[in-house]
Amino acid sequence: MSTVIAAIDQGTTSSRCMLFDRQGRTLSLAQREHQQTFPRPGWVQHDADEIWRHVRRLVPEALDQAGVGVRDVAALGIANQRETTVVWDRTSGRSLGPAITWQDTRTADIVAELVARGEDERIVEITGLPPHTYFAGPRLRWLLDRRPGLRERAADGEVLFGTMESWLIWNLTGGVDGGVHVTDVTNASRTMLMDLTTCTWSETMLDLLDVPRAVLPTIRPSGEVYGTCVGDLAGVPIAGAIGDQQAALFGQTCFTPGDAKCTYGTGAFLLVNAGTERPRPERTVLPTVAFALGDDAPVYAVEGSIAMTGSLVQWLRDSLEIIETAPQVETLARSVDDNGGCYIVPAFSGLFAPRWDPDARGTIVGLTSYIRKGHIARAALEATAWQTWEVVEAIRHDVGLDLQSLRVDGGMTSNHLLMQHVADVLDVPVERPLVSETVCLGAAYVAGLTVGYWADLSTLAHHRHRAAVWRPRMDPAVRAHESSQWNRAVEHALGWVSHPAQPAVP
Amino acid sequence: MTRSIQSVERATAILRLLAGAAGPLRLSEVAGTLGLAKPTAFGIIRTLRDAGFVHQDQLTSDYSLGDGVRHLHRSGIDPHDLRSLATNWADALASRTRLEVLIAVPERDGARIVHHVFRPDDSEQELRIDEVLPFHATALGKVVLAFSAGIASPSPDLERYTRRTLTQRAAFDVEMSRVRERGWADEHGELTPGVGAVSVPLRGFGGLGVGAVAVSGPLERVFHTVGAPRDGIVAATASTAAAISRSLGVHA
Ligand SMILES: Nc1ncnc2c1ncn2[C@@H]1O[C@H](COP(=O)(O)OP(=O)(O)OP(=O)(O)O)[C@@H](O)[C@H]1O
Repeated sequence: MSTVIAAIDQGTTSSRCMLFDRQGRTLSLAQREHQQTFPRPGWVQHDADEIWRHVRRLVPEALDQAGVGVRDVAALGIANQRETTVVWDRTSGRSLGPAITWQDTRTADIVAELVARGEDERIVEITGLPPHTYFAGPRLRWLLDRRPGLRERAADGEVLFGTMESWLIWNLTGGVDGGVHVTDVTNASRTMLMDLTTCTWSETMLDLLDVPRAVLPTIRPSGEVYGTCVGDLAGVPIAGAIGDQQAALFGQTCFTPGDAKCTYGTGAFLLVNAGTERPRPERTVLPTVAFALGDDAPVYAVEGSIAMTGSLVQWLRDSLEIIETAPQVETLARSVDDNGGCYIVPAFSGLFAPRWDPDARGTIVGLTSYIRKGHIARAALEATAWQTWEVVEAIRHDVGLDLQSLRVDGGMTSNHLLMQHVADVLDVPVERPLVSETVCLGAAYVAGLTVGYWADLSTLAHHRHRAAVWRPRMDPAVRAHESSQWNRAVEHALGWVSHPAQPAVP
Repeated sequence: MTRSIQSVERATAILRLLAGAAGPLRLSEVAGTLGLAKPTAFGIIRTLRDAGFVHQDQLTSDYSLGDGVRHLHRSGIDPHDLRSLATNWADALASRTRLEVLIAVPERDGARIVHHVFRPDDSEQELRIDEVLPFHATALGKVVLAFSAGIASPSPDLERYTRRTLTQRAAFDVEMSRVRERGWADEHGELTPGVGAVSVPLRGFGGLGVGAVAVSGPLERVFHTVGAPRDGIVAATASTAAAISRSLGVHA
C-alpha cells in the first residue's frame, strides 16, 4: 500500500474523513453527525467536545475501511465550517460554553452597536467585512461577556479561542498536553478581527470588541505543518487547514485569478480567485483570503453567498407540496416550456450578496391565470441561476474579474435543467468535476502539497476531470430581456418589511 | 393447489378501502375497519406507501390513495430522482473504469438517457442527456427492452446504423434471449462505428427493471480483441447497478 492523504471536513451537520491516493481518487469515507441545538429563536449551537470525540474516531474509521495503517498517512488536512466559534479552558481542555455556529444571530445587538457607533466604515477598511452576525469576532465577545471572570482569565492566557480548525488542531496535537494553538488565515479572515491587508490580528478590532490578545491563536498559512498528532494518529503531520468554501475553491483547482466555483446546496457560495492583491469590492461581495501556502504571498478571493437556493426547492416540497422530492422539481419544471412570465425572488429572510437587504422579503411576480405549478417550479430554479448571475455581475463590475467558466458542486448540480440555465444566463460553460467531494479534496490537496506528496499546483490541475459540461445556448436577446425582468422582480422584494414606529408606552 | 396469499388479499382490501373513503384515514381506522391488528395493518400499509400506492400526509400521518395507483401503467421511477440517487455511484464507476457512464430509462421508441458522466480523459465530450437510443443497436436499449415493464414497442424497427447493426429479426431475438439469460448486454459498434458499451439493468421496487446503466467508450477500451469485455468491467457495472437499485428501495 502506498501512502495516502487524510482529510477531515468538519461541517455544520456532520464531520467526515476521506482518504485520497496520489491520483486524487477517493479511497474511503467515514462520517458522523453531531447535535445541533436551537435553545432560542435565532440561536444555533453545537457541543465542541462532542465534535472532537467524533473527529478523533473518524480518521481511524476511514483508515480501517481502506485497510491503511496510520504509518501510511503522509499528512492530514482539515477543512471546516467557517465562523463557528469556540472558547475553551487551557487547563481542563473542555469547551467553555457552546460552539456558536455561523447561522446564529445572537450577536445582533453587538453588531448593531458597532454600526450605531459609526464604526462600520473603519471595520470594512480593516477587515474587508461589513459588521454582521455572520462573523466570529462578535461571538467571541458574546462568550467573554457572558461568563463572569472569563475575560480576565482570558487575559491571563487560561482561556483559548478558535474556530473549528483551531479547536481540532489543538486537540489533535495533544490538547492540555502541548496542543498547538493556531488558526489558518482563511478562517481568521472571517473573524472580523483580522487586518485583511497584513493578515495579522488588528489592534483596533480587538479594542472595538474588547478581546484580550492572549485568547487568540497564532495566524498561520493554510498550508504548513502546524504540528504532529498524538494518540491514535501519533506521528501524522497536520499539514493544512482551510475554511470549507475556500477548500472547495482549492479542490476545484481554481488556482488562477478569475477561476471560479459555486457550491449549490441549501444556499450557494460563489468564490472567485482574485490573485495576490487585496480586492476592494463595493459592499456587494466579500473580499476574503482564498489560501496561503507556506511562505508564498496569500491569494485572495471574492465571495458572494446566496441565502436561498436549494431551500427554495425544499419549500416547494414541504410547504407548497407541489413536488414529493427535491429532484422532482425538474420533472415539474419540464412540464412547461418557459417561466410563463413568472419570477420568484426567494428573499425569505432578506437577501445576501450582492444586495444585502435584510428587509427584503420573498415575492412571486407576474402571476396570471395562465400560470401553472410547472411555471412556479421553473421560476424557482431560474431564481438560483439569476441570483448567481447577480453575484457574477457584481464581481465583474467591482473587481474587474470576468469568468471564463464556472465550476460547480453540491446537491443541486444533479439538476440538469438548472445547470443548463446557469450556463445560459452567465453565458459561460458550467463544469462539474468527477470528484464531487471538493471540500475534503481541497483540504487533502493543501496538506499534500505542504509535505511534498504532490509536487505543485499543476500536478493537481492534472487530476481534475470533468464529469459534465453545460454550454451556454441562450439567445442574447432573451438573456437581456430575462435579466431585466429579474431585476424588476427584485425591486419588488427589496425593503418590504416595514418598521412601524414603536407604540408609545402608556 | 395454489392458496391465495393473505397479505396480498389484505393489501388489496386496504387499497379498496382507501379508494372508497371520503377522506384520509388513520391507521387505527384502517385496522379497525378490516379487523386487522394494528402492527399487521401498519406493515402492509407501509409497504404500499414505499411502493407509491398509498400516500401518507406529513403533518397528520393519515393515509390516502397514492399517485402510484393512478399511474399504474407508469412503472418507472422519476428520472430526476434516479439521476440524483445515481450521481455518486455513476461518478465512482467512471473513475474506476475510465469510461463514460450513461443511465437510461425506457420510453416508447428507445432508451432515454437521463444521466451522463464524461469519460475522465479530458477529451471533448458533449452531454447526451435526453438522447433516445434505439433498442436494437445499443447496450442500454437492449437491457431496457429485456427487463422493463410497460414498453409500448416490444418489437422495434431494426434500422441499420452501421455494418454491425443487427437488422435480422431472428438474429435480434437470439441476442435478446442471450441478454435476458446472462443479465447484461453489450454493444460492438452497432450504433456508432468504433464505440462499444456494456449495460446492466437497474431494478426498482419489487425487482422490476426501471432502467439501465452502461459504461461506454472506444471499442478497444471496453473489449479485449477476442470480443469479451475487459476484466472487471461487467462486475463493476453490475455492482454499481446493485448499489443504485438498493438506493431505489430494492430489498435484494
Ligand atoms: N435535483 C435537485 N434539484 C433541485 N434541488 C435539489 C436537487 N437535489 C437536491 N436539491 C437541493 O439541494 C439541497 C441539498 O444539497 P446538499 O446536499 O449539497 O446540501 P447542504 O445541506 O447545503 O450540504 P451539506 O450537507 O454538504 O452541508 C437541498 O436544499 C435540496 O432541496
